[in-house]
Amino acid sequence: MNPSARPNPEPLLSVEDMRVRFATEDGVVHAVDGVSFDLRPGEILGIVGESGSGKSVTAQTLMGLTRSPNASISGSVRFHGTDLVTASEEQLQSIRGREISMVFQDPMTSLNPVYRVGAQIIEQIEAHKEIGDDEAKERAVELLASVGIPNAKERVDNYPYEFSGGMRQRAMIAMALALEPRILIADEPTTALDVTIQAQIMALIQRLNEERGLAVILITHDLGVIAEVADRVLVMYAGQIVEEGSLDDIFYDPQHPYTWGLLGSLTRLDQPPPDRLPQIGGQPPSLLAPPGGCRFRPRCPHAFEKCTELPALEERLPAANSHADRCWLEPSEKREKREVEGRIGLGAPA
Amino acid sequence: MEGMGQFILRRLIGMVAVLFAISVLVFLIFNVIPNSDPAQRIGGKNANEQLINRINEDWGFNDPLPEQYVTMMKKVFTGDLVSYQNQRNVLDQIEKGIPVTFSLCIGAGIIWFVLGVVFGYLSAIRAGRATDRALTILALIGISLPVFWLGEMLLYYVANKAGLFPLGDYVKFTEDPLQWANHLILPWFTLSVLFIGFYSRLLRSNMLDVMDEDYVRTARAKGLPERQVRLKHVLRNSLIPIITLFGLDFGAVIGGGAILTETVYNLPGVGLYAGQSVASLDLPPLIAVTMFGAFFIVLLNTIVDIAYAYLDPRIRLGTQAA
Repeated sequence: MNPSARPNPEPLLSVEDMRVRFATEDGVVHAVDGVSFDLRPGEILGIVGESGSGKSVTAQTLMGLTRSPNASISGSVRFHGTDLVTASEEQLQSIRGREISMVFQDPMTSLNPVYRVGAQIIEQIEAHKEIGDDEAKERAVELLASVGIPNAKERVDNYPYEFSGGMRQRAMIAMALALEPRILIADEPTTALDVTIQAQIMALIQRLNEERGLAVILITHDLGVIAEVADRVLVMYAGQIVEEGSLDDIFYDPQHPYTWGLLGSLTRLDQPPPDRLPQIGGQPPSLLAPPGGCRFRPRCPHAFEKCTELPALEERLPAANSHADRCWLEPSEKREKREVEGRIGLGAPA
Repeated sequence: MEGMGQFILRRLIGMVAVLFAISVLVFLIFNVIPNSDPAQRIGGKNANEQLINRINEDWGFNDPLPEQYVTMMKKVFTGDLVSYQNQRNVLDQIEKGIPVTFSLCIGAGIIWFVLGVVFGYLSAIRAGRATDRALTILALIGISLPVFWLGEMLLYYVANKAGLFPLGDYVKFTEDPLQWANHLILPWFTLSVLFIGFYSRLLRSNMLDVMDEDYVRTARAKGLPERQVRLKHVLRNSLIPIITLFGLDFGAVIGGGAILTETVYNLPGVGLYAGQSVASLDLPPLIAVTMFGAFFIVLLNTIVDIAYAYLDPRIRLGTQAA
């Protein structure tokens, strides 16, 4: 864990009640529904959730990348006195890539196949800085070397197809870091890579976080990745944050049954393997017409009458230190109910 | 780039092979497949017995087929080919027609490519809005207009009634460049309209597809100005298939697609020559014009392949893999 992530310094980025809706042919999709969180300087904030939980849309909306005639976005994203939700395109352009950078899920398709890797890095530098071509190219070589690309001097003239998946993701990270941004948003940066490369990429992100105090928003569905690097974790379900807390809070004292389910479906090497890997029954809800009350109610074996009312995201434990969740159960009940065969799990449907 | 040199060489060898195959096909189609006396057909309607005997001897129609093929190719390539109807040397006629056909096709090609790209681009970046709708309707009209009809209408209304342009015919560029252009404006437009409509629709849909690509999102996330994202990332990548198509269409237009336009505007190009030869069932010119057309289509195909490898570096990978 990064020691510079002290509790409650002035947040770098502050998201308030962000809502993103898309008009589609089938109706209005409520992709993100009232998300609020802070990103503190130098921390790695993990956002976990299933596909369709709204985590990627949340991340892209931070940079204004979801803007379109079919999208309606409300709430605020405060960054250095600017609200990125209402900022003009010009304001966003000067922030994108310079203050806040983003790395995407699939490195195979995230680089333009017809330009050299170096040219794509240079293009980013030149978009924000008055700089000569030679100098920009030198910088590109430095950047590639700093993310661990061997022979960066020659590799800078390669085309993306001449790079492996892991190298492309390194190149994407090099590009994202070109202007020493304060925030890196990594949207499933390792999902498309094989496991050994995943570990290398995560180690790289962690190193940059420690060496440069780079704040990172790490979006993933892989709790293993989160466990390795995150300082704080947001758990998202159906467009809402259902639990928020420090890494230890989430892994050792999870309060929301959905989080239990996620943890329960992890394979653990330190315990005998179960006959059948537990899973969360049912399907994630349609975001066209999300269920009333608690969004997780239809899949939750512990649901009771009160769950027809949507619980707020708030601190429910007596000694909670910014550990918040959306579940009506009493903390003492939860401790009992999440115990399944000696480990944390969702339990069988009642 | 040694990969590129090898690639070009392979393409050129391929081109020669294709041309050979085409020449064999032309030979078979004209001289072997039709179930009648080839000398009779080549001689034309008014050929007498004496002429037919001479043709039989000239073309070696009593020799085995491979020899007949060689004799015919010799005639085509040495400029020996003569029309037996008007005694004119076929290659001379084609040579005379080439500057006219090229003037028409190159001018039209530039117009349709530039306007196709401009309209397609505007349509794509304003997708769904009024500009896009208007351009869509225009494109559909353009695609639906037959060349012979459009040509006649323009001649009648714009050239004849309004008197804005000359009534067809051709003036050599070397004689008077202004008159050359003035005489070609209507033919250029007539030949381009279909392609402008086609290309703008195709570019529009390519661009809309490319706009959804991850690398376009990356370009935006880098903080590039929207204009640069559209031109360098969306348009550049969307143009690759358009350029391929352009090469093929341009080859096809030179190789015979301009026949109607040349005929309507009475431009003495290769197309008009071909049209007249068809009308009088004069085979020697048709053999040569068919080869001429095939040559340009294959040549442009090769150029397209090479340009493609230049535009999309991934294509060159094939040379190393092979």
